[in-house]
Amino acid sequence: MLIIGEKLSIIAKRVREAMFSRDKGPIQEIATRQWKEGSGMIDANIGPAEDGGEELMQWMVTTIQEVVPLPVCLDTTNAKALEAGLQVHNNEWGKPLINSTSNDPERFPILELAAKYNSQVIGLTVGKGGLPADAEERAAIAAEIMARAMEYGVPLEDIYLDPLVLQIATSQDHALKVIDAIKMFQEMNDPPMKTVVGLSNISNGCPKALRPILNKYYFIMLMNAGLTAAIADAHEMAGAMQEKKLIDDVLAGKKIDDAQKMAEITKTLDVIMGKTLYAHSYLEM
Amino acid sequence: MAFAAPNETYSGKVFEVTIGADKTAVFGGENVLPFHSFEGNAPHRPVIAYEVQDVPPEDWPETVKKVYEGVSNDPVTWAKYCQDTLNAQAIALRLVGTHPDRENRSPEDAAKTVKDVLAAINVPLIILGSNQIEKDSAVLVSVSEAAKGKNCIIGKAQEGNYKTIAAAAMANNHKLIAMSELDINLSKQLNILITQMGFDKERLITDPMCSALGYGLEYTYSVMERIRLAALTQNDTTMQPPMLADVGMYVWKIKETQASETDLPQWGSLAERGITWEAVTAGSLLMSGAELLIMRHPEAAKAVEKFIDELM
Repeated sequence: MLIIGEKLSIIAKRVREAMFSRDKGPIQEIATRQWKEGSGMIDANIGPAEDGGEELMQWMVTTIQEVVPLPVCLDTTNAKALEAGLQVHNNEWGKPLINSTSNDPERFPILELAAKYNSQVIGLTVGKGGLPADAEERAAIAAEIMARAMEYGVPLEDIYLDPLVLQIATSQDHALKVIDAIKMFQEMNDPPMKTVVGLSNISNGCPKALRPILNKYYFIMLMNAGLTAAIADAHEMAGAMQEKKLIDDVLAGKKIDDAQKMAEITKTLDVIMGKTLYAHSYLEM
Repeated sequence: MAFAAPNETYSGKVFEVTIGADKTAVFGGENVLPFHSFEGNAPHRPVIAYEVQDVPPEDWPETVKKVYEGVSNDPVTWAKYCQDTLNAQAIALRLVGTHPDRENRSPEDAAKTVKDVLAAINVPLIILGSNQIEKDSAVLVSVSEAAKGKNCIIGKAQEGNYKTIAAAAMANNHKLIAMSELDINLSKQLNILITQMGFDKERLITDPMCSALGYGLEYTYSVMERIRLAALTQNDTTMQPPMLADVGMYVWKIKETQASETDLPQWGSLAERGITWEAVTAGSLLMSGAELLIMRHPEAAKAVEKFIDELM
């Protein structure tokens, strides 16, 4: 499993301030920490970056790769910023990953960049017309993205299909649909298509104490479904791996010794699988 | 082979709620989807409460205002008229005059109104605030005390004020409406928070927030349907309180119940249109799981009673 470290995002205040003041310290510190914690790639999310995006992405890529021997996931909707970042990316540490193309015509040119710079690219299975309703719709969009990638000369092994994780607090039924989509995506090619999720969106909007619990257990379920990569907190996912055996035991219907843990896992899996209705206090019920 | 109609069985059951002290009304108690009595047990009819207000209904459209002409200037006369002349099984007294942007009547005034109305009627009373978070937490505490022992429904407790209102309803032995804004997960969460205070879940009524036909009814319908499915198929006890559809106040403020025949002749009779709109909205929400309705026009209420007769 490839963990793409999620922490260098413009949404985080400390990161945003460092980006704007071009302060390498915090960026390199966070990148190094994520690498040590087990990330195999670092996400650099600079947002839409309409002004000065090109220079910012180049600065991010070089700043990260100065201290960390990893490829970078270039995360922005600004195609020019992507291209600028790809130009300076050090492929010695692995191929870069573009985040992302989709079935929206405005995002098609991203595939040209992937072909031109020999980059991997995430194919987010959404179209222009809103969110996919179920796993089947995600797979149908995936097929279109795959066909288009071939047209543009991007090999399918360089595509990571992303089913789009939605918030469990408002779109509970999608938690299981995303897991189903991960399974379906793999069947769409031989060798299986690679898959990726933006994991922590599952717990977006949930109480703070609940977030790591949902992230971890959802991660294990996705992993069991064959997920290739996750944009996630590497530290949290290392914790998930330690608990994997317990979670797998509960999934297999076994009882585990720690009753409190057993309740936490059972209740969370029930929420993810849609067997109980989500509420912020579901663990207390 | 003979045809056998498929029957669902459900693992959960809606709580049965009894309200009132002299005459009582009972609703809920079913272990099937609305009107699926062929699959199980649906012991009670939905209850329709007639809405009255603490101040004259100046802002109601003519169609429904004129029904209460001569009685609506006084909540006591109005409530008695609904009970004695219209045969209402329950009254919903909305204390809209307590709203700071309206008459801003005090919690003490509201308590007096409640006492006067309770003294004049023997059917169950639902006591509603003005839907202003801060003011309701004062008003509903005061009226809960004033109505002690009358087994009323107090409403509506919301995320921002449920603690004080639930405590008052609990201390004075009333039922409580928990309202959230068209979000099933928040509805469940609010019911959990209220029961975590020690409030008995079997004394709750869930209001997932109503909307009128053409103005988001499908959202209310869908949330209610999912709440009922969680209650019945997942045996989710937090979702097993009966549900309220507060129909009248949503229907009688929309254009379709007010636009004149001169302006829109193609829309047909204004009176008929308004009544039908309220009846159709209420009927739809019964189909999605409401057991308690608050309505305004007696003709609409009668149409809904007839609808229930045919479906029960």
